Amino acid sequence: MATLELSIDEDVAVSPVKRTRRLGPLFWAAIAWIILVFAAAGLVGVLPLPSPTDMDMLERRAPASPLHWLGTDGLGRDELARLIYGARISLIVGLCAPMIGVTIGGALGMLAGYFRGRLETLVVGSMDVLLAFPPLILALAVTAYLGQSLLNLTCILGVLGIPAFMRVARAATLTLARREFVIAAQALGATHARILLRELLPNVFLPLVAFFLLGVAVFIVVEGAMSFLGLGVPPPISSWGSMIGEGRESLDVAPSLAFIPAITMFLTVLSFNLIGDTLRAFTDPRQGAL
Amino acid sequence: MLGFVARRLLYLVPVLVAVSLLTFLIASLLPGDLAYVILGDQATPEKVEALRHDMGLDQPIWWRYLGWLGHVLQGDFGRSFRTGQTVLQAVTERLPVSFELMILAEIIGLAIGVPLAIACAVRSGSAFDRFMTGSAFGMLSVPTFLSAILLIYLFAVELRWLPATGYVPFQEDPVGNLRFFVLPALTLALAEWPGIMRVLRSDMIATLQEDYIAMAKAKGLKPSRILFVHALKPSSLTLVTITGINIGRLIGGAVIVETIFALPGIGRLLVGAIYTRDLIILQGVVLLVAAGFVIMNFIVDMLYAVLDPRIRYGHA
Repeated sequence: MATLELSIDEDVAVSPVKRTRRLGPLFWAAIAWIILVFAAAGLVGVLPLPSPTDMDMLERRAPASPLHWLGTDGLGRDELARLIYGARISLIVGLCAPMIGVTIGGALGMLAGYFRGRLETLVVGSMDVLLAFPPLILALAVTAYLGQSLLNLTCILGVLGIPAFMRVARAATLTLARREFVIAAQALGATHARILLRELLPNVFLPLVAFFLLGVAVFIVVEGAMSFLGLGVPPPISSWGSMIGEGRESLDVAPSLAFIPAITMFLTVLSFNLIGDTLRAFTDPRQGAL
Repeated sequence: MLGFVARRLLYLVPVLVAVSLLTFLIASLLPGDLAYVILGDQATPEKVEALRHDMGLDQPIWWRYLGWLGHVLQGDFGRSFRTGQTVLQAVTERLPVSFELMILAEIIGLAIGVPLAIACAVRSGSAFDRFMTGSAFGMLSVPTFLSAILLIYLFAVELRWLPATGYVPFQEDPVGNLRFFVLPALTLALAEWPGIMRVLRSDMIATLQEDYIAMAKAKGLKPSRILFVHALKPSSLTLVTITGINIGRLIGGAVIVETIFALPGIGRLLVGAIYTRDLIILQGVVLLVAAGFVIMNFIVDMLYAVLDPRIRYGHA
């Protein structure tokens, strides 16, 4: 699960059930949860929270109290504050890394799909080399050399995401480039740049956005896995992954220290998956995809 | 068929060369000079310079790459400067553990995923089908390290049925060995079955509407035979595809799972090398894992060709 295996799911279920076009309550619950996480992470400065790094050795693994709503961790740090500060890390990595991937990968994929020829061979070939490494292994190795920091982590994961976005963009461009409206634009003498930006981009954009949301879920998981191993963002910055990793040490006495960040992470990943999947179904023209 | 194999093999060569180049460049261009790491606190500029000269680190990078590649092609991946063990020794020692883990995980994953897929396909649209499809979707959002924690908590901390961490070689104690593997393999399998089930389910729903299934029913064959033999056969290609796609994820998952459950496999070797900054082991393991991954993907490609003649002769 915890890899960058953004497989283009060919789930062509010819389900006899007529799924309705309405967005279900689950979809809106997912949206609500994401908004909540974003709001908490964004407003962390103004919320009346204890510091996430202040240790209180007398209050270690304290249960929930009016002072510490979710109790404290093994070093007496406020669990809720760490959870919310951790949300910032997850969201920064989870949003910025696929942003890098979607920009570079999307551009490369469109160019490759539109111009074909040598350029396509080169792009696809170099992506094959990047894909030759199991993603988590490459991410861990590069972080080991570059050093652990939020910026490094985001950049590495961003680069790892390029091949997947390239594939989506190229596949979409390949089919679109043969459509009438593109041929018409060419016949009217439109420049390549105009065709790519005005004709193709708006059509490639939606599948990329849907895929982007699924990417966010994947990258939050990868960041969590790396921090869990102690190879993600360096301490004392709290991240959901590192919180779960620390909580693992005290599973027998205080399982909630591992389970609270675990549930938070699960709900967030699930929400992004739900929204991404719904959007993908909407943008997928294939019959039965809705 | 031979031509197809030859073409794929030819494509393998540049990919492997590029993989070795990328591995080398990551290790050489990024900050973190080997000489500083080896010398540690005692590093003086003179000592570092002398060691760099001894190790050939002051030579041009392409020359070093060719020298390194030459050694690699002779099976010499270097030697850990911490334990003195060669990379090849370390890897071959741990490979069986990782293989056992991944094979067990795939078997459990298939054992959960295939029957569920068939059950859902037979009653597609029923409450059971919708529940299982929903659960599979939910399970896809559970990272490996979360299910690992949950399983440890349940089976090792609360119920005390199984050990949380540890390992004994299979030769010494087969039962004990399997006991140590249950939780790690189950953890990986929990990430595997949703993918298997989802793809196989939609595949089966399409297959079950084929004429030859109606024919088999009309002949009065037992439903179980129709489902497991007639309907599953055309999906064998799908199963190979999923297994192929899963390899990369399995390797990544194995790194995490081996670390959590303290299994002495390749993944733990890699993570350990990162913790101790054993850069030679790290470089060797990354190269070997990537090469192994490329070759496994090649084998999966070959399996497609064996299973599906269209790939062999058509637009491959």
